[in-house]
Amino acid sequence: MLSYIVRRLAILPIILLGVTLLIFSMIMTLSPYERVSTFVKDPSQLKGGVEQLNELIEKHGLNDPWYMQYGRWIKGVFRGDLGWSESAGMPVTQALKERFAATAEITLFALIPVILGGTFLGIFAAVHHNDIWDHITRILAIIGWSFPTFVFGLIVLMIFYGVLGWFPPGRLDNWALSIVNSPEFTNYTGLYVIDSILNLNFQVLGNAIRHLVAPVLSIAILWWAYLMRITRSSMLETLGKDYIRTARSKGLRERSVIYKHAVKNALIPVITVSGQMLIGLMGGLVVTEAIFDIRGIGQFLAQSAQQLDYAGVLGGAIYFGFVLIIVNLIVDVSYALIDPRIRLE
Amino acid sequence: MEWREIVYKLFKNKISLVGLAIIIIMALVAIFAPWIAPPRNPADPYFIPRAGWRSEPQPPSRENIFGTTEGQYDIFYGIIWGTRTAFLIGFVVVGASTLIGIVLGTVSAYYGGWIDEIIMRITDIFMSIPFTIAAIVMTTILGRGITNMMIALITFNWMSTARLMRSQVLSVKGEEFVQAARALGASDLRIIFKHVILNTIFPVVVQASMNMGSIVITASTLSFLGIGTPEGYADWGQMISFARNWIIGGQGNALKYWFTVVIPGAAITLFCLSWNLIGDAFRDILDPKMQ
Repeated sequence: MLSYIVRRLAILPIILLGVTLLIFSMIMTLSPYERVSTFVKDPSQLKGGVEQLNELIEKHGLNDPWYMQYGRWIKGVFRGDLGWSESAGMPVTQALKERFAATAEITLFALIPVILGGTFLGIFAAVHHNDIWDHITRILAIIGWSFPTFVFGLIVLMIFYGVLGWFPPGRLDNWALSIVNSPEFTNYTGLYVIDSILNLNFQVLGNAIRHLVAPVLSIAILWWAYLMRITRSSMLETLGKDYIRTARSKGLRERSVIYKHAVKNALIPVITVSGQMLIGLMGGLVVTEAIFDIRGIGQFLAQSAQQLDYAGVLGGAIYFGFVLIIVNLIVDVSYALIDPRIRLE
Repeated sequence: MEWREIVYKLFKNKISLVGLAIIIIMALVAIFAPWIAPPRNPADPYFIPRAGWRSEPQPPSRENIFGTTEGQYDIFYGIIWGTRTAFLIGFVVVGASTLIGIVLGTVSAYYGGWIDEIIMRITDIFMSIPFTIAAIVMTTILGRGITNMMIALITFNWMSTARLMRSQVLSVKGEEFVQAARALGASDLRIIFKHVILNTIFPVVVQASMNMGSIVITASTLSFLGIGTPEGYADWGQMISFARNWIIGGQGNALKYWFTVVIPGAAITLFCLSWNLIGDAFRDILDPKMQ
């Protein structure tokens, strides 16, 4: 077990080096004039005309050989210095910090319904193997998987906000925002749902949840389809195993065969794909946050990309890259903890 | 399983036939686009003609049968020529990245050792940025345009094919027919092409057909965010981005501009759905456990 984790940790520096080199090589395709924005600390430095820009290029050595530039750049990254974001009007690191809570909240509250709903649908389809319910869930899953997030999100917005007025975009209504920003309300985490519970303010809680429903639904539809598919096939495989036959033949009720014996084993492959799912979910956040006007990191990335704010885009890439590496590490280690066979590999 | 048997089963499967039918109709639309929606400017047919310069979308009428979207771009024209854009992006990106994946995966598995180690670590590194994010970043840096978009998508799309191909080749590498070929003095290239690739390619084909849909979704996501195709280009994702400002309708009618979202949205969804139906049928045929 320990040697597995050590081996897994040993390749971490190689991956980190590789990912930073990859992002850096994308930076290097830009001209020094475009690149300079990733180095400055406040916007007045950019407005000084060509001479001042040349000075800055000289000062930051943007005409030096690439390995020297990489060394300096990576030092800055590890100090948390990612340059000035023109589109957000603040340093990239500060923008990422301010927007982290919104992204964390939507990810957290999307994951719970996605995992519960997706595995339930998969188990349901496998138990009803080859009857009408199985076919209906499968066809719905293929349709859900084919729906682009931005199309589905806009249609949800049109119906549930435009027509019915139930689920408005944004994170809170204005009256709730003024409560949250008032001195009586303590912001413990920046996640409005959790903070409003801690402040015992249930009006804000209701409002925050109301704003979460539509974005969570538009994320969930895609990943329900994906998880349902994985759970179903893994469940079918498990139901064909000898120990299930044994459980049935000794007269156990079908319910306890399925929920006590089969589901536990069938969920192991689901854990392996959860890492991949989180990665896809992070990509989907860019679109979801942009559509529902949630000022999170995904929306920051989309806005920076539109306005050719290179520092902002690269900062977003570094953030998502690091999160992805950490998530993968956690998934691998927890997988080894759950399934002893993997350690022997 | 034999190729012929697989194709036979594919045609017997009703679900895959529906998918195949939609694909064929869309392919015909793409081929006959100049006749279905004659371009006003034949030198530049991919740019959607505009019926004026007003901002507000206009409902379907005799001149614009699907209506016009923001900026008076004709929706019908955009849908028809957008079919070409979707096929172009799908075939080029999936084709190129599958080819890269096949070469790297085969080399990695066939030669093994440090070559394998290096190729697999590079694969890990490219997989360490979420695909959509990587595509957004690279397209932003390369600049707007369909070629740049395709380059960005290819750069970050070959890894899963490489991994799949590697595991496939590893599984046949030790088989007797490969050893026999080697004992007869066949060269590495001959063994790889004649014996290894032909016996391992099928799951890669399945993966590629599932990939068509998701690549076109990612490409239209880039255009939706305003960093993909240039403005006015016939592209479904961009047509939906035009609809964004009109999504909650107006003048007491929330659904007033429904056609700006629903029509291009239906085009993308149908395109992806049909590729996924085919891919799904393929997978069932290859893996009877899943049925």
